[in-house]
Amino acid sequence: MSFAGLALDGLLALSLPILAWRTLAARDLYRAAILFITFGVILALAWARLGAPDIALAEAAIGAGITGALLLNTVGGLSRRNGGDDDERPDEPTDRVGRPWTTRLAVAIPVTILAVGLGWAVLSLPAPTVDMPSLVGEAIAEGEVSHPITAVLLDYRSYDTFLEIGVLLLAALCVWSLGLSAVRGEAPEAVAKSPVLAGFVRLLAPAMVVSGVYLLWAGTSQPGGAFQAGAVLGALGVVMVLTGLLAPSLGRGSIIRAGLALGFSVFLLVGVAAMLATGGFLEYPAGFEYGLILAIEFFLTFSIALTLTALFTTVPPREKKEGA
Amino acid sequence: MNTFFTIVAGFLLVNIAAGLVRVYRGPSPADRMLSAQLFGTTGVAILLLLSQSLSTPALVDAALVLGLLAAVAVVAFVTRIPQNERDE
Amino acid sequence: MISSLVNIASILFVVAGAFFFLAGTVGLLRFPDVYTRLHSLTKADNTGLGLVVVGLAIQSGSVLAALKMILAWLFVLVSGATAAHLISTTALKGGIRVWRKE
Repeated sequence: MSFAGLALDGLLALSLPILAWRTLAARDLYRAAILFITFGVILALAWARLGAPDIALAEAAIGAGITGALLLNTVGGLSRRNGGDDDERPDEPTDRVGRPWTTRLAVAIPVTILAVGLGWAVLSLPAPTVDMPSLVGEAIAEGEVSHPITAVLLDYRSYDTFLEIGVLLLAALCVWSLGLSAVRGEAPEAVAKSPVLAGFVRLLAPAMVVSGVYLLWAGTSQPGGAFQAGAVLGALGVVMVLTGLLAPSLGRGSIIRAGLALGFSVFLLVGVAAMLATGGFLEYPAGFEYGLILAIEFFLTFSIALTLTALFTTVPPREKKEGA
Repeated sequence: MNTFFTIVAGFLLVNIAAGLVRVYRGPSPADRMLSAQLFGTTGVAILLLLSQSLSTPALVDAALVLGLLAAVAVVAFVTRIPQNERDE
Repeated sequence: MISSLVNIASILFVVAGAFFFLAGTVGLLRFPDVYTRLHSLTKADNTGLGLVVVGLAIQSGSVLAALKMILAWLFVLVSGATAAHLISTTALKGGIRVWRKE
């Protein structure tokens, strides 16, 4: 490792905790959102330096892109809720609130104990008894998915991906159940009617669709896959909702619900069918792995994109009642 | 050559760190948003440089995605954030 | 011979690009209002990243990789120009005054 590399790594390692601290302690939620976007960019760079391009890709898409937009969207909604842009927003967390030192101590002691415990647990981990890299190498030689990360995710960690899509589905349901008002028609006139914004979305849409499909396809042989592809396609949906090209209800309620559940259901069906065939849940029969995995990834991408878009609308799809 | 690219990547990272001062000073939301926009672009440049210096072609994809999705935050900003100067 | 020439060209382009990023950051910190800061930011977006991409593309040795880098630059060009326009429009509508020399 050259001195230049060491200096770069040191700078990354130094800036991440400082940025995280400033993001959490920011007095102003909007400023915290901007700092969070910066944090996402730097975190993607750190993953790149650590030799994990997969996670760098996911962080660039989800951390810096979608989550940043989600936070800005929320900050915009909150400041409207509290009567415009007054400086007095009582429910805003601040670092200037005078909490008594006993409260601070009551929080600090368990947190310190937890941190020390976690550090000790990580440092005292036993050496792995299973030689994962060579097992993965064998599985890649057998299977048809040649990218190690995707192969690991699908051959050994199907449960992980399965539960992750389940969590995402639950998140969308939770957002809907909060019953917040819709995002609509709140953009300033000059922006809402701006031909530049409309033209930009028109340019962006095909680029995002192509990139999303490319990432899904690339996932079989190099970094990419359903979550990254879904994030890019979801970002397109988000932009369309924000610019009013898509109604906040997204479409007919029953269809949207079915679309959200599609990825999870297909995964579950394939898993159960595989259990009937081979005796193990999500243990795909030999020879069918590639096709089944690709089919699952395809439906997952669709549902992930739709879920991310649904997170921005906050309006549960209803059958037409009050002209909504 | 790779050392040179790493040095430039480090230099650009220092630029991001310096730009954070603008996020603090503001004063308007627009000032902070355009800082974030600059950080996104700088991040794309650093990822491309790292892709070369670490010989990891996949990082070009990450740069591509970062360049594409940095725009989403700007769209969220102009459509959702109230635009009043808040001198602090 | 050829490869060292390519290396020199690559270094020149990347250093020039880094200079534009530096100029953009200095402008972001030093310029007096949001509109002038936007002006400096778009220099980094357009020229800075463009020069870095040229410097790296002649190094990459693969047409596909070079095209992908240029594509990334085009994305940033389009979104940078749009962002500058939209941010300045919203700032103007939000009542942020344009700086005038006293």
